[in-house]
This record gives sequence, C-alpha cells and structure tokens, in this order.
Amino acid sequence: MISVRVLIRPKEGILDAQGKAVEGALPALGFEGIEHVRVGRIVELRAEDDRLLEELCEKLLANPLIEDYEIEIL
Amino acid sequence: MIWGVLQFPGSCDERDALHACTVATADLDPGSGAGGTSSSARNVVGGTPGPGPGVNLRSRLVWHEETDLSGLDGIVVPGGFSYGDYLRAGAIARFSPAMGAVAEFAADGGPVLGICNGFQVLCESGLLPGALLTNESTRFICRPGELIVGESESPWLSELETGERISIPFKHQSGRFFAPPEMLAEIEVNNQVAFRYAEGQNPNGSLNDIAGITNLAGNVLGLMPHPEHAVDPLAGTTDGLKIFRGPAGSPDLTAVAGATGG
Repeated sequence: MISVRVLIRPKEGILDAQGKAVEGALPALGFEGIEHVRVGRIVELRAEDDRLLEELCEKLLANPLIEDYEIEIL
Repeated sequence: MIWGVLQFPGSCDERDALHACTVATADLDPGSGAGGTSSSARNVVGGTPGPGPGVNLRSRLVWHEETDLSGLDGIVVPGGFSYGDYLRAGAIARFSPAMGAVAEFAADGGPVLGICNGFQVLCESGLLPGALLTNESTRFICRPGELIVGESESPWLSELETGERISIPFKHQSGRFFAPPEMLAEIEVNNQVAFRYAEGQNPNGSLNDIAGITNLAGNVLGLMPHPEHAVDPLAGTTDGLKIFRGPAGSPDLTAVAGATGG
C-alpha cells in the first residue's frame, strides 16, 4: 500500500470566501502583514497503487471547474 | 402528473417539494379526485377521491437507493443536505443509485428540477454546467427575494414570461453560481439562464446574477431559491406554483412525460 496525500484548493482567480473571512479576522486578532489567505483541504488515504488516483481526484475529491489538486505520494 | 421527489440522507425540503408538486398539478391527476387527465392513467386506482382537493396520493418520495423511476412523469431533486455534503455540496449524492436513474430519465427528456442542494447535485453530476460556491458573505441567508425570468425557452418556464418578476424565498449558504468564462458565455448564448436575481438582490455573488439555469435541451432546471416554499398564500407568495406547473403546461414535455411515464 502507498500513503497518499491530496491537496485541494480553490483555483486562482475564484473568490475564496473562507479565505477572505479568515483574512478579515486577522487584524482584529493582532496578526499584521498577512495577506492572500486561501483555505483548501487535505485528503489522506492509502491505496494499492497510484493507478486510480487521478480519476479519484477528477471525479470526487476535487471539482476541476473550481479547484486545483496535487497528489503527493508519501 | 405523477412526481418523484428524491430523498437523500440529510434532505430536509423533500416534503415541501412533494407538497408543492402535488398542489401545483392536482388538477392533472385523476387520483387526486380533482378530475382531469393524467399521462400515466394506468396507475389510477379507480379514480377514487383523495383525502381532499390538492392532494395527490401517487406522487411520492424516492429513496436514494431506488433506481426504478417508471411511472413517474417528473423528478425533483430537493434542497437541504445530502450525505453531510462532505467534500463539496452534492459531490457524494451524485454517485447515489437514484441519481444514475435520474440521469437516464433526463437523457430521455423527462423533466427534472433541482432546488438548492438539488441544483448542486445536478451540477456535480454534469447534468447542468457550472458549480456552486460558498456565498460571498460566507453567511447562510434566509429571506424573501425576487427573481427575473430569463430568456430560456425551457418547458419549466411555460407558465412564465421572459422578464416577469416573481417572488421566491432565498435560503442557502452555497449558492454562488460560477462557471469559467467560456462556459458562462455558452450558457448565455444558448439562453440557458432560467432565472436571475432581481437588480440589487444578488444575495451570494453569483456570476451574471444567475439564480437558475437549464441544460441545453431545457428539460433539466437547477434553481438556488426555493419555489417549493412559495405555493401557499400563508407563505406570502404562490409564485412557486408557476414553476411546478411548467412541464404540465408545456406541449413538448407532456408528450415526453407520456412516453416515459406510461
């Protein structure tokens, strides 16, 4: 089995409402000089091999219209 | 007209949707006791009067594991939630057995309406173009609102005029319609926009104020606001009825429904 980590994040250019909300909260908490916050997600899984990973990402883990993904074999 | 309303684990608007369907087309269903004709007459049980006007006993909920949609003239994919909406809203529901059957139903020309989460499911399924993102405000919104009927010639709009203003409640957190520029241009050029938010009322940052779109053929409609909550004067508006009556009022789809439902 291989250990896999898939990183999924909103495509550049698409407003990331979560990232914007987090960024908006920073000054009030005293964090200065931080910008361009984007919130994505990480999916960790184990697989027999890497054959199905691409399809898995395209069909389920990410929506290619709005999200980019990176597959990392650990 | 006999409706099937899908029910996923987490659906919460399916009963309102079922109510809306049956109230809207009760006069087309002999089983309701209200007279008229049905395209699926073979399902009529002796034409016995129902429990009261406007109640259609044969329209029903369709559990997400069901795959047999025979006898149904129209499908609603309701709002609420589905499978916890993990990953993305509608992403997992797309793989349910019932959605496979809905895709076939739609390919045969059967009328399909996705509301809110149902719209998200239809987009994730590829039955409609585009995607729905978290509202620009990140907040859940729930309030009355107005839509302008778009240029689409969809059978779902057969009871409405282009440019008509209708009142339909907004109730969602992930309703921001998005499509890449090329796809958006195609949607516009092909007149697939069924509804836009009225001027100044776009509640979520949807591109081109889009509130609802259809597929190219027009028989599949996805809509973020909730027509099923707008069928009783007590709710302040009954404009939702016009949408639910659309397919029955359209000569094209009545024929189609007869073919798929009979």
